[in-house]
Amino acid sequence: MAASLYGLIARFDTAPEIYHAAEQVRDAGYKNWDCITPFPVHGLDGAMGVRRSHVPKFSLVGGITGFCTGMSMIWYMNAYDYPLIVGGKPYFSPLFAFPVAYELTILFTAFATIAGMFILNLLPQHYHPVLKSKEIVRGLDDAFYVVIEARDPRFDLARARALLTQAGAKEISELEA
Amino acid sequence: MAHAHSDHPAPAILAEVNPAPLPRATLVENHRSLNWVTEKICGIIEAPTPKWWWIAFAVSGFLALFTVAGIAYLVSTGVGVWGHANPVNWAWDIVNFVFWIGIGHAGTLISAILCLLRQKWRTSINRAAEAMTIFAVVCAGIFPVFHVGRVWFAVLPGYLFPFPNSNAIWPQFRSPLEWDVFAVSTYGTVSVLFWYVGLIPDLAILRDRFYRSGNKVKSFFYGLFAMGWRGSNRHWSNYEMAYLILAGVSTPLVLSVHTIVSFDFAVSLLPGWHTTIFPPYFVAGAIFSGFGMVLTLMLPLRAIFRLEDLITQYHIDCMCKIVLATGTIVGYAYGMEFFIAWYGSNPYEGFAFINRAFGHYAWAYWIMIACNVITPQFFWFKKVRQNIAFVWILSIFVNVGMWFERFVIIVTSLARDFLPSSWGYYSPSAVEIFTFFGTFGVFGVLFLLFIRFLPIMPMAEIKAVMPQADPHGGHDKH
Repeated sequence: MAASLYGLIARFDTAPEIYHAAEQVRDAGYKNWDCITPFPVHGLDGAMGVRRSHVPKFSLVGGITGFCTGMSMIWYMNAYDYPLIVGGKPYFSPLFAFPVAYELTILFTAFATIAGMFILNLLPQHYHPVLKSKEIVRGLDDAFYVVIEARDPRFDLARARALLTQAGAKEISELEA
Repeated sequence: MAHAHSDHPAPAILAEVNPAPLPRATLVENHRSLNWVTEKICGIIEAPTPKWWWIAFAVSGFLALFTVAGIAYLVSTGVGVWGHANPVNWAWDIVNFVFWIGIGHAGTLISAILCLLRQKWRTSINRAAEAMTIFAVVCAGIFPVFHVGRVWFAVLPGYLFPFPNSNAIWPQFRSPLEWDVFAVSTYGTVSVLFWYVGLIPDLAILRDRFYRSGNKVKSFFYGLFAMGWRGSNRHWSNYEMAYLILAGVSTPLVLSVHTIVSFDFAVSLLPGWHTTIFPPYFVAGAIFSGFGMVLTLMLPLRAIFRLEDLITQYHIDCMCKIVLATGTIVGYAYGMEFFIAWYGSNPYEGFAFINRAFGHYAWAYWIMIACNVITPQFFWFKKVRQNIAFVWILSIFVNVGMWFERFVIIVTSLARDFLPSSWGYYSPSAVEIFTFFGTFGVFGVLFLLFIRFLPIMPMAEIKAVMPQADPHGGHDKH
């Protein structure tokens, strides 16, 4: 049996072309589709109907965790587990703990942001039909692609091909799963 | 005439408002294509290793051995091999630490602060500048870790990181030195993360190019770190948000790091250190020295790899102007320190500054003034900024001057403290000198490995600021 169909991949040569093609695919009602671009094309999220990223939620949780970790760590170490008497100063004060808590806020935010980016993107994913195609070299270099997946409920090979042709695709080919 | 306007409404000065078309600076010269950028940057890695690279690598490696030998001798013998003695118990070790950590600041400024300010010219220099940051932090870290002598206590249970030692005593968090441990280690970690996130799309390009050219081993390793990046716009959406947030947290981070480094001095009670101007003054100085180093590194790279279309005269102008601005801030801070020493009427403070300029270390002070205050003023002139060789020489002076700034601050204040009976004169030992100059070898080795194996410019980011990237056709170009 031949490999099953993953979807259709269509090449566009310029940023304005992919922008308008994305608008047309979005308006045709497809849900499981994507654009492959060598750089983030300004405004393509809107043209594709991609919602605002959820990465900031991860960052916020990371930042709050970092700040609380810093403050509670210093309280535990210098005021609870082994109180240090230095210059008659209080065992704990949020003022002297602030610089370290501030740095840990940033440290945890950075880790949470990157973790959030990988989780939301389902990366690392070293196998993908798009990576298998020979188009990927140009897709990261200077060409722009629209991929419509066969699992989309609206997918119909002939109609998807017609839509992409009408949108101005330079070349359309089938992707194996 | 005076009442003429009451009869008729005053005519508008202009019939209609036509905003003057301000030409946008061209960031990539000669109308290059997207593919040209990929070929140019990947070509550096794919080409056979040039002969100059091996020579430079051998020289840097040899120089780095001085640091290795100096540290081995220090650890096996004791901190007495350095020239420290009462009252100067901090000297080259902390001077070199602050020098290197300051250099790192330009990389973060370019990658984070200029990103938030939408300075698009940052794109072609940010990758190499971030690499410079990371390697500078590595060189900086050597000194505080090894200046404790018994280095095993610094890292594992002990002085710096909060692990309980044998007496179950934790570090003392009221000390700025402990804040510094967290500031610098956070700075190093976040710089690596930021750099790595920027590298992901470019590593994916190299993965696919090496796969196509049949080099499966290289393709595997680049692919491993590319995380299966495939240029999906749904990924770019999260990626750009993550990049923006990283820029947003790196900005307060970079400002805090040198602020906390300055607290190491400012929170003490020593005349010449105990001043409130230190945090902004140190941050400006750090950016000043960092841009000096960026120019020192990027101008030769530009010439060797023929990158004139990507690092244009406009980029060099921008960097020179930042050196000028921050250098002038530093000059202002020097003046203001003197003013406050007089205005504050504290005899110890006043003595500390008179002694700096006219005491035993006056030679170091005037080298500092010449390099940091006078050198950048040349960048007012366009002719100077266009003379690449001269800009490069001036950038070396900036590096030298900023090293002397830290030397002047640290050593002159300590050598003449409150008790004249304990006054001394510090000079470095051969071990210190070798250890410091060796760190340039360490830096060189790391930087050469970087330009050999990683893309020295972020291809995706450069493409995104080219006219072809405009999804609305770019009405002003073509």
